Amino acid sequence: MFSHKIFETNALVLIVGIVVSVAIGGLVEIIPLFTIENTIEKVEGVRPYSPLELAGRSIYVREGCYNCHSQMIRPFRDEVERYGHYSLAAESQYDHPFQWASKRTGPDLARVGGKYSNDWHVKHMVNPRSVVSQSIMPTYAHMQRPLAGINYIAGEMKTLRLVGTPYTDEQIANAVADLEAQAKGGDAAKAVEARYPKAKIGDFDGKPEVISEMDALIAYLQMLGTLVDFKSVKPELVNR
Amino acid sequence: MANVEKDLISGQNTTGHEWDGIKELDTPLPKWWVYIFWACIVWSIGYYVVYPSIPFLGSYTKGMFQYSSRNELTKDLAAQAAQRGAWLKDFQGKEAADIAKDEKLLRYAMAGGKAAFNENCAPCHGVGGAGSLGFANLTDDEWIWGGKLEQIQQTITHGIRSDDADGRMQEMTKFGVDGVLKAAEIDQVADFIVGLSTGKADAAAPGAQLFADNCVACHGEGGVGNQDMGAPALNNAIFTQVKGDKASIVAQVTNPKHGVMPAWGARLPAETIKMLAIYVHSLGGGQK
Amino acid sequence: MTQATYMDATPYQDDLVKKFVLAATFWGIVGFLVGVVIASQLAFPALNLGLEWTSFGRLRPVHTSAVIFAFGGNVLFATTFFVVQRTCKVGLYGGAALGSFVFYAFQALIVVAASTYVLGFTQGKEYAEPEWFGDLFLTVIWVVYLIVFVGTLYKRKEPHIYVANWFFLAMIITIALLHLGNNLAVPTGFFGGSWLKSYNIYSGVQDAMTQWWYGHNAVGFFLTAGFLGIMYYFVPKRAERPVYSYRLSIVHFWALIFLYIWAGPHHLHYTALPDWTQTLGMTFSVMLWMPSWGGMINGLMTLSGSWEKLRTDPVIRFLVASIGFYGMSTFEGPAMSIKAVNSLSHYTDWTVGHVHSGALGWVAFVSFGALYYLVPVLWKRERLYSMRLVSYHFWIATIGIVLYITAMWISGIMQGLMWRSYDDLGFLQYSFIETVAAMHPYYVIRAAGGLLFLAGGLIMAYNFIQTIAGNLRDEEPYEAPVAAAARG
Repeated sequence: MFSHKIFETNALVLIVGIVVSVAIGGLVEIIPLFTIENTIEKVEGVRPYSPLELAGRSIYVREGCYNCHSQMIRPFRDEVERYGHYSLAAESQYDHPFQWASKRTGPDLARVGGKYSNDWHVKHMVNPRSVVSQSIMPTYAHMQRPLAGINYIAGEMKTLRLVGTPYTDEQIANAVADLEAQAKGGDAAKAVEARYPKAKIGDFDGKPEVISEMDALIAYLQMLGTLVDFKSVKPELVNR
Repeated sequence: MANVEKDLISGQNTTGHEWDGIKELDTPLPKWWVYIFWACIVWSIGYYVVYPSIPFLGSYTKGMFQYSSRNELTKDLAAQAAQRGAWLKDFQGKEAADIAKDEKLLRYAMAGGKAAFNENCAPCHGVGGAGSLGFANLTDDEWIWGGKLEQIQQTITHGIRSDDADGRMQEMTKFGVDGVLKAAEIDQVADFIVGLSTGKADAAAPGAQLFADNCVACHGEGGVGNQDMGAPALNNAIFTQVKGDKASIVAQVTNPKHGVMPAWGARLPAETIKMLAIYVHSLGGGQK
Repeated sequence: MTQATYMDATPYQDDLVKKFVLAATFWGIVGFLVGVVIASQLAFPALNLGLEWTSFGRLRPVHTSAVIFAFGGNVLFATTFFVVQRTCKVGLYGGAALGSFVFYAFQALIVVAASTYVLGFTQGKEYAEPEWFGDLFLTVIWVVYLIVFVGTLYKRKEPHIYVANWFFLAMIITIALLHLGNNLAVPTGFFGGSWLKSYNIYSGVQDAMTQWWYGHNAVGFFLTAGFLGIMYYFVPKRAERPVYSYRLSIVHFWALIFLYIWAGPHHLHYTALPDWTQTLGMTFSVMLWMPSWGGMINGLMTLSGSWEKLRTDPVIRFLVASIGFYGMSTFEGPAMSIKAVNSLSHYTDWTVGHVHSGALGWVAFVSFGALYYLVPVLWKRERLYSMRLVSYHFWIATIGIVLYITAMWISGIMQGLMWRSYDDLGFLQYSFIETVAAMHPYYVIRAAGGLLFLAGGLIMAYNFIQTIAGNLRDEEPYEAPVAAAARG
């Protein structure tokens, strides 16, 4: 019979045995996700986040929204009826980190973009129970303060480019200007729309004089799930 | 081994090792444990044959039946459509007004409309449609963009000041911000509107002429409102965007707030929007 | 009444273990308290206090990190250091210096991590929230920990390495791999961004898989393998019985560590993760069932021949109950990994209940058993201040767990069913907010259960303080004299 003695009497052998045993599963499950081509579905429309949306996403992560809200609609009849088309891997391909989450204390947000007005989002964030009386969400009135760290945004985009997000030099060079223009609207915002198709433009929080955290967060929420035109999605490309 | 001894309670031998007083028995593996473990392994292998499973660098085994969880949904939805069958066809083919006349279809419309309303519309308009400041009350007789069935359907489909090109877009002049009226004039107009809304309009007040010159074009003679332009009636106590007190009206005339409603045409199926229109129309304030 | 200390010259670094025991007790109470707070926030949202620092989204990682890493981590440090010395018959490699570094650095890391979460600095990955600087700091601590542990194994005066140490070693090595693999991130400071922010190198679906490879095995190795190591020392010690089956130890050890690592995708069933990966996650979770139960069998059967201790020794009761909860959770886990079950349970409180039957019932109970064993031994007291208080702790905490997990079963299954429920005409029966409102009573019950569990922790802390002070509670002897005499 196979003797276990060598593992028990030699710490190095035990260590090697453990490393080999625990390495296999992770390698087999993770590496093919990078190499199998249809893992990320080939669909049109998904683009990197605009600077304002990126800033909003950072606030989403900062506040731990993922602790209660998923961004992942499963392919079930009730979920697609409630939330919209099931989520594709392509839709979160530029999400560092992913925010699919694992708990729905609140509703899924994968397609919340365009579902409510900006004004509703502001009221809801300041006091959720003023619009949804049974809500158990915390209040986020502090997000009415000015958005800090706007000058960091180009650095963040460069970091993301290093880890694989295809930001162009032009996008990075115009990062701060684009961020401000998206929150203020006007002619400057046309360039934002050109660089980031379907970006929502305008003063999101009803206070045009200042770019607030609320502006950034709502810009992010309002684009969630809106990039892919699902009428053009072919089943053979996404069934896998 | 030298130190092997028999454990008197279990009758098993020890392995002969001892650590800080702890010994080990050389008990064989429980049979049931081994069998269930093997059964789980065999079941798993069987599962790999049937379902997508083993990955390689460029592809993976697809399984016997080309299973895909997304494809299962397509089948589910087809089954659902088949189940809804007859009435679904009616909802897709008929006008909302005709659906509302058919007693059986109306029952579907009310149930489906209510379900869709509570999921999608209630966060703003409230459960039951009573609304709140900034979000129109759908249960009263006051309609900003029209309370007829087809008007409601139009509003739901294309939204108000939404991204939809066919949405309802008109906005009120920023009388104060754009310098059309002076602060003192706005004050007088506001006085007049408060009078209008409480049934005590003073035709001789200075605000009356200002109202006639600046507001009547949209809000109508006597503030009766104009639904084609989304200009609400001002001759009653119902206000949507602001409260009806004078300070709020001054603020609104100076720099108006506008209601925004998303276009639902791209988000919900056409039949659901018809159901919603019928449901909303029924909430209390629907017009013929 | 007071009790005397006894003298006992050993080569062991027990002052270090004492520190970890005290830290574990302290952080346990902090973690349970934050848990009660956030559980109450879900029942009564006003308890978020309207402040950004105290909102659920920021406090929940404080709770999870406090109980898993601060409480669980300190318990693991205390027990690994205690056990590895005794089962190798030598003092710790590196002596007091390396061990103390691990202690103080780890406590500092806990404080840094918790404060950064509250202030809003987070990676946004569950159970891996610390930013890159915290991750680097933990890497240093963990490498030193590995050196101390493996160094001690190398110094050992026993020819064989005891099974508890296999599990401890697997835990230390695998956690190192998981931590490094999942936290590869680039600080934005390199490119002119903030030094307090970083971006993970993975995104989307690959990030999801890597995260749950990490997240599931934080459970599998930190909370399972590590605490099985605790079981393998403290159960036979306390029961004074040999380990049931050496052969089962071998088979279930290797099967457990090989299979566990594959189970991560069951956290991502029906998501945008490809179907093939989900299949692997599900089947390996099912295959993991028996290897997990191997630990349960070895733990419970070790007690055969001394079952009467359940009546006379409440510490044994904690250990046995923990193994029972372990068996239950490791059956529930594979069941929930079946895709059809998961389609109902995922995103609901059922998952939360499952985690807590494992975390409260298994991890915390086996920890309490070990701590109750350790305190009199480390402070050289003949016995604890009060065995009756141990018994009260046991029953109060058990009732707390039962309230907690039954409330979560009901709310989870109910919410899952409500989400997919259609009325007679084929329309969704409930809006989402109706399903939220329906959870309220269960959230209240859950918070009450958590409060009981916290109360138990406070009783334990009081018992420790009195024991360390050398006091004896004036109470009827808990143990029958015969059993007490037999135990020596």
